[in-house]
Amino acid sequence: MKNLEELDRLRENLRQAMKIREQAPEVSVRVSMGTCGIAAGAREIVMSLLEELKEQGLDGVALTQTSCAGLCHYEPLLEVIKGSEKTTYVNIDRDKAREIVRRHLIKGEIVKEWVTPDR
Amino acid sequence: MEMYRSHVLVCAGTGCISSDCKSVRAALQDNVDRLGLGKEVKIVETGCMGPCDLGPVAMVFPDGVFYRSLKPGDAAEIASQHLLKGKVVYRLLHRPAGSSEQSTGFEGLDFFSRQTRIALRNTGLINPESVEEYIARDGYRALGRVLSQMTSQQVLGAIKESGLRGRGGAGFPTGVKWELTARAQGYPKYVVCNADEGDPGAFMDRSILEGDPHTVLEAMAICGHAIGSSKGYIYVRAEYPLAVERLETAINKAREYGILGENIFGTGFNFDIEIRVGAGAFVCGEETALLASIQGARGEPRPRPPFPAQEGLRGKPTVINNVETWACIPPIILNGPRWFAAIGTEKSKGTKVFALAGKINNTGLVEIPMGMSLREIIFEIGGGIPGGKKFKAVQTGGPSGGCIPEEHLDTPVDYESLAGLGTIMGSGGMIVVDQDTCMVDLAKYFLEFVQEESCGKCSPCRIGTKRMLEILERITTGGGGAGDIEKLEELSRGIKNSALCGLGQTAPNPVISTLRYFRDEYEAHIRDKKCPAGSCRALLTYCIDVRSCQGCGLCVRACQAGAVTGRKKKPHLIDFEKCVKCGTCKDRCKFNAIITI
Repeated sequence: MKNLEELDRLRENLRQAMKIREQAPEVSVRVSMGTCGIAAGAREIVMSLLEELKEQGLDGVALTQTSCAGLCHYEPLLEVIKGSEKTTYVNIDRDKAREIVRRHLIKGEIVKEWVTPDR
Repeated sequence: MEMYRSHVLVCAGTGCISSDCKSVRAALQDNVDRLGLGKEVKIVETGCMGPCDLGPVAMVFPDGVFYRSLKPGDAAEIASQHLLKGKVVYRLLHRPAGSSEQSTGFEGLDFFSRQTRIALRNTGLINPESVEEYIARDGYRALGRVLSQMTSQQVLGAIKESGLRGRGGAGFPTGVKWELTARAQGYPKYVVCNADEGDPGAFMDRSILEGDPHTVLEAMAICGHAIGSSKGYIYVRAEYPLAVERLETAINKAREYGILGENIFGTGFNFDIEIRVGAGAFVCGEETALLASIQGARGEPRPRPPFPAQEGLRGKPTVINNVETWACIPPIILNGPRWFAAIGTEKSKGTKVFALAGKINNTGLVEIPMGMSLREIIFEIGGGIPGGKKFKAVQTGGPSGGCIPEEHLDTPVDYESLAGLGTIMGSGGMIVVDQDTCMVDLAKYFLEFVQEESCGKCSPCRIGTKRMLEILERITTGGGGAGDIEKLEELSRGIKNSALCGLGQTAPNPVISTLRYFRDEYEAHIRDKKCPAGSCRALLTYCIDVRSCQGCGLCVRACQAGAVTGRKKKPHLIDFEKCVKCGTCKDRCKFNAIITI
């Protein structure tokens, strides 16, 4: 380590991976992980979300799972929670998951065509 | 560092290692791998999280779920339910004593939420063997800032303004100590970390070294810049092998990164640290004895002045601070001295780590702002006394401190208030005793400790504590006589005024303070030959409660002295003449029929 700037750069790189241990994430993404969800491919969704978060350098996003939402035919299903606002996306696939990260989490626009029909 | 969606932190402090956290961690890793979660979930070993009696413990992030008393067999369920499906395993959550609700998150537990963690900010939250995790949490940023943006004078000013006082016992202002050393004539100057934690029941220094070793290295280097020193020593006891190992790893990693060594951060500042392993003598925690031991001499104290700030290691100006004091330095630099000074009381700034031990529900390590009342620490964070027993006293400051009875429980914890009660802050040991503890016996325990650990250099400590111990032995075994209390008081005064070092001068404190608050217990032992707490066996009479005795004969067979007799299914009898008061019959009896009076 030659100077303070190098330390700062290193810390910025490391921070993304460690942010998870700070409480109260700003945003959380919850993937429905019941048996139905797993059967419909929810685990792949989690992996692609994780990869996209990594690539986009996003921290402060908690990627968690929840149980069956009772909407088994809409699986894979995920929820984006920002403060009190909750958006449910249905029939997600890997590409849609990545796009949700880019559009909803980064640009802040809800991808209307994939949300629950009654919204 | 790879990014994962979940981190499972498994406590690997010495407490949890002794309850086999290593197997739990291995089982978790196996199950995570088996379910193909290896790229999503990271299992991390950390330092001590604090609630040692609940070990092995683990925390799952980002949810902040806290699991306790884990066994390797629990790993499969945690992995398949929680880590895969997001379902918390409720049976493994902690339910505090007296509470009907389980809390999923650690933040919902008083034990965690009432704490303010500065010295322990990383302990239990990072992998102590990873310098990267330390750096990610602002590690070495304070050192970088000090070297590139602050003059020595500014650093000294900041530490002074923060109001930080030594956490090892005496509470000397840290900034003043640094400034005296900076001003002292002599070269080279040295920076020393006192990690010779010897008080029975105190283990905060060990936990910081095991859980966050880099913070000590960083703070010592900051001090090096402030006083103009390029060499540091950490004196750590050999009984802390894990701390030594993690310190070695940390020093090597820091050297690899160029954070220790020559031309640090390209500023031309050189600083390196060596470990000195002590052989575990209590007296080596005394600074002059410690310095002698580093030099390879016998660990014996010498009179002060000259203080180490003038003539320390090898006769050169030396700053010597305790581990917890060092751990407060980087946050003070980063957040500013005013931030630190805003925490705590007027004369005692910041936080203090306490090791809760003895008759208390939550034994373990807690860090609280100065000024919190003893009642809050013991009953709210510590969870009170187990088994519905009554609180009797709390011993602070280990063998150099004293006890505090119930009527003073609302005293705020700071250096001055504790001194006013006849005890000291010390290194932060807090041993809680309940109604079953005899205060004379407690004083005897601590005196036995100092007596054994006395280095023998000065006679007040070597001979005086021996005489005091003999008197206490006599009192607790029924041989006490008139004048014993006065003799104890006279010896205490003499030793206090004439012993060479701090340890000797404070050795009579447990006796002085138990005499101050529990004189009646001493008198009962001497005059009535009774132990009010029912703890000194020699003063008890064992007898059988005929209403409860079922005549099962267990005690008859158990008694080696042949003192218990009786026919089957008829109440038994103890022959007082033959009884040697070993207590075996009482331990064996299933009907609580053996009572002591």
